[in-house]
Amino acid sequence: MPKYIIRRTLQSIPLLFIISIITFLLMTLAPGDPTAVYKNPEGKPQNLEMIKKELGVDQPIYVQYYKWIKLLVLHGNLGYSFQDGRPVTEKIMERVPATLELMGTAIVISILVAIPIGVYSAVKQYSLLDYIFTAYSFLGIAVPSFFIALVVMLVFAMDLGWFPVSGMRSSYDHFNLWDRVHHLFLPAMTLAFGLIASKSRFMRSSMLEVIKQDYVRTARAKGLSERKVIFKHALRNGLIPIITIIANRLPDLFGGALFIETIFAWPGMGRLSFSAIFIRDYQVIMGTTLIAAVLVVLANLLADILYAFVDPRIQYGKS
Amino acid sequence: MGLPNPVVNQSKNVNIRPQETELRYESKLAVTWKRFKKNKLAVTGLIVFTLIVLIAILAPWISPSKPDVYDILDSNLKPSAKHPFGTDSMGGDIMTRVFYGSRVSLTVAMLTMLCSVTIGVIYGSISGFFGGIIDNIMMRIVDAIQSIPTFFLLLIVASLMVPTMWSTIFVISIFGWTGLARIVRGEILSIKRRDFIEAARATGEKNKSIIFFHVLPNAIAPIVVIATLDIASVILSEAALSFLGLGIQPPTPSWGNMLTSAQDLTTVLDYPWAPIFPGMFIIVTVMAVNFIGDGLRDALDPRMKQ
Repeated sequence: MPKYIIRRTLQSIPLLFIISIITFLLMTLAPGDPTAVYKNPEGKPQNLEMIKKELGVDQPIYVQYYKWIKLLVLHGNLGYSFQDGRPVTEKIMERVPATLELMGTAIVISILVAIPIGVYSAVKQYSLLDYIFTAYSFLGIAVPSFFIALVVMLVFAMDLGWFPVSGMRSSYDHFNLWDRVHHLFLPAMTLAFGLIASKSRFMRSSMLEVIKQDYVRTARAKGLSERKVIFKHALRNGLIPIITIIANRLPDLFGGALFIETIFAWPGMGRLSFSAIFIRDYQVIMGTTLIAAVLVVLANLLADILYAFVDPRIQYGKS
Repeated sequence: MGLPNPVVNQSKNVNIRPQETELRYESKLAVTWKRFKKNKLAVTGLIVFTLIVLIAILAPWISPSKPDVYDILDSNLKPSAKHPFGTDSMGGDIMTRVFYGSRVSLTVAMLTMLCSVTIGVIYGSISGFFGGIIDNIMMRIVDAIQSIPTFFLLLIVASLMVPTMWSTIFVISIFGWTGLARIVRGEILSIKRRDFIEAARATGEKNKSIIFFHVLPNAIAPIVVIATLDIASVILSEAALSFLGLGIQPPTPSWGNMLTSAQDLTTVLDYPWAPIFPGMFIIVTVMAVNFIGDGLRDALDPRMKQ
């Protein structure tokens, strides 16, 4: 087992390397001359050369990449924001907790709702409720996340006034749990809306698969009650693939969170990168993209290790 | 009781052969269609999608107005006989714009799907067919792209370009092929070990013709399914990009950019029809396409699971 963990961890290093190359290439593809802001019609051309040298843009692209990755790996430095000159790492790190809070809540809600739906739909396949849940899951996948966010906001925040329209808290003075939950509810539910749809569908097919297995038939044959068969024998095994699906869908979740954060003015990474796009703050855009990708890789790593723990059928030696 | 007439027999024999081959040729498609027909959701999806495609094609003839005609005196009108979906804040007829918008949104969806399927099939085929280190490197790149949240990538590339219909197609397709590439690769890995590939190689066929004439035709089922489901996800991506102002630009109507009006929360409560109708078209189309895709998956290969 430790061998498997080490092997799997080492595998993600080349992956992170390729991700950093892709992100860097996108950044250098950005149009416009980075020295343009320093151009002065009265200035000497030599000065411009000096600035170019200082910024390092006169060097070939692989040298630029090497310098960039060296700073990143050794000092955790992702450059400086074009907007306010603050370190990008610092700007992102203060946004990460809000994003994790939102996404984590949405994931937990979606699991708590999707699993019972999936189990019920599988056990009572083709029942009326199964059809209703199926209709919901198709609808949930088809509705754009920003659309549902706007509808929810209009109905529950603006028309009914049950929840605050935006933000994460009412005041920064003191921590107020109720206030935080109150603010978190709408964005988290909106984000969970789509997640529940896809996860309950997945849970349903996973359970249907498991119910057909021999060990479930054996459990029935030895006279266990249906409840025990479903919850003790089938559910445990049906749950395993859910671990992978959560990690696999994480990139989509980041994308969804980007919209929800922007619409609900939630101070997370998505909103940071969204606002950075409109002021062309490339360092911040690349930073958030890279951090999001790293979080995805870590989550997948974690999911694979967890999977190996709960499913002994995984062969540790092979990837 | 006479002896059987040899002439009749012979003519029967002559007739049987072409019939048999014809039958066998039809059976693959026919069986798929037969299974597909049984799936009520899939058939409903197909009918709805066909209707929407017809609306897009016939837009100039069935629209109540012209897409570029604005009458500011008629802005924000409720749905009525003259304007069945109402009018927007500029006084444009929403039904007309939704109909013309379906031309744009569906064109983007189809072309993007074709682009990403082409890239995905070629990439996956090369990776799966050659295997070894090439496969390893190519698949790590796919892993890397899939680890980066797609929407971040879309926004970055979209923000680097002047937004037009073509840039939208380009942006969505350059990152949209990875899922298909992975599946094509997997199919090819399993197909290339079969005997008939060995036989083709033995007859001296080149790699390219082996891939195109022997390997890919056997991987067609998953490709068709993914391509169909792709249309749905492209419609959603286009809508999202246009909603943010990075996709199709007004005055050209698209379902996504018609929703932009909903960003103004103070007015949307008073004029909810402006975002509702384009929103409905997006949702209905995406659902229809997903039904078709699921139906195709079950019809083409009942063993295939999501």
